Amino acid sequence: MKRVRVLLFMCAVIAPTGVWADEAKPLGENPQVEARLKTLAVELRCLVCQNQTLADSSAPLAEDLRREVREMIAKNMTDQEIIEFLVARYGDFVLYRPPWRLTTTLLWLGPFLLLLVGGTVLVVTLRRRQKTLPETVLSEEEHRRAERLLSKGNT
Amino acid sequence: MKRFLLPLAVFAVVVGFLAVGLTLNPREVPSPLVGKAAPDFSLPQLYETEKTFSPKDMAGKVWLLNFWASWCNGCKDEHPVLMQMAKSGEVPIYGVDYKDQRGEALTWLQQWGNPYPLVAVDESGRVGINYGVYGVPETYVIDKQGIIRYKQIGPIDQDVLHKKILPLVKELQTQ
Repeated sequence: MKRVRVLLFMCAVIAPTGVWADEAKPLGENPQVEARLKTLAVELRCLVCQNQTLADSSAPLAEDLRREVREMIAKNMTDQEIIEFLVARYGDFVLYRPPWRLTTTLLWLGPFLLLLVGGTVLVVTLRRRQKTLPETVLSEEEHRRAERLLSKGNT
Repeated sequence: MKRFLLPLAVFAVVVGFLAVGLTLNPREVPSPLVGKAAPDFSLPQLYETEKTFSPKDMAGKVWLLNFWASWCNGCKDEHPVLMQMAKSGEVPIYGVDYKDQRGEALTWLQQWGNPYPLVAVDESGRVGINYGVYGVPETYVIDKQGIIRYKQIGPIDQDVLHKKILPLVKELQTQ
């Protein structure tokens, strides 16, 4: 009898939680679609708040674009097709990774160019300094004096 | 003196880059749609709700397509310019009420005046996405062949109107 009572009690406790789990609506219907949306949305820029991705932004336009992307995923479009859809409307600016174009060459190569310039300046400066430093030859007497001074410092 | 020349040159280059870069408007994203056909749509009208509007109805005319909303501040700034254009009759401005509520849109137009011969309603914002709209107001100049010739991001002011839009409209009308 006692066991039955415990069971009934447990049912009473657990049952409502089951109901709640049903009521809490998931963000998207299909977890697979959501996963793809997530990987795509971090690569796409929200055009309203320009330094946020489509995944981060809560701007109404970002919500609309996520809805649009969700629908395209549901239609089985490839990532490439979805990105092309957005680029055709909003331009390369929607991409967080700018594509390699003639206009973006400087953007991509700039850091390496700067590194090259910096490296050259460093090498040239070091070489030049080496030349200006006179090479001093110590005489025997000076050598001994230097050694004496050094050993003095040690004791 | 000579050793200061190089840092000075570097400084001058940086100043040059900043002078250009800092005066650019980051909101002006060049639209890939300029030079392409205006995306087709069929939207219900604001006033005669049972009727629809499609860009095809405007074939053979130079016209402006203006996305606006009653909740948008920039639209209020732009509004007197649109009224002035409507009065002059140089070019028809068709409105798209973007993600708005019908009642609010009607009140707004009644209060401030209606520059549009016709307003279409894009409640879901889908047509806006097809046009690459990311913030109202945005205005498209569309030619007789239905090709987008210019996109204005943000409010049209007197400067844009007289320097860009009207000269372009006149040129397109003679074609």
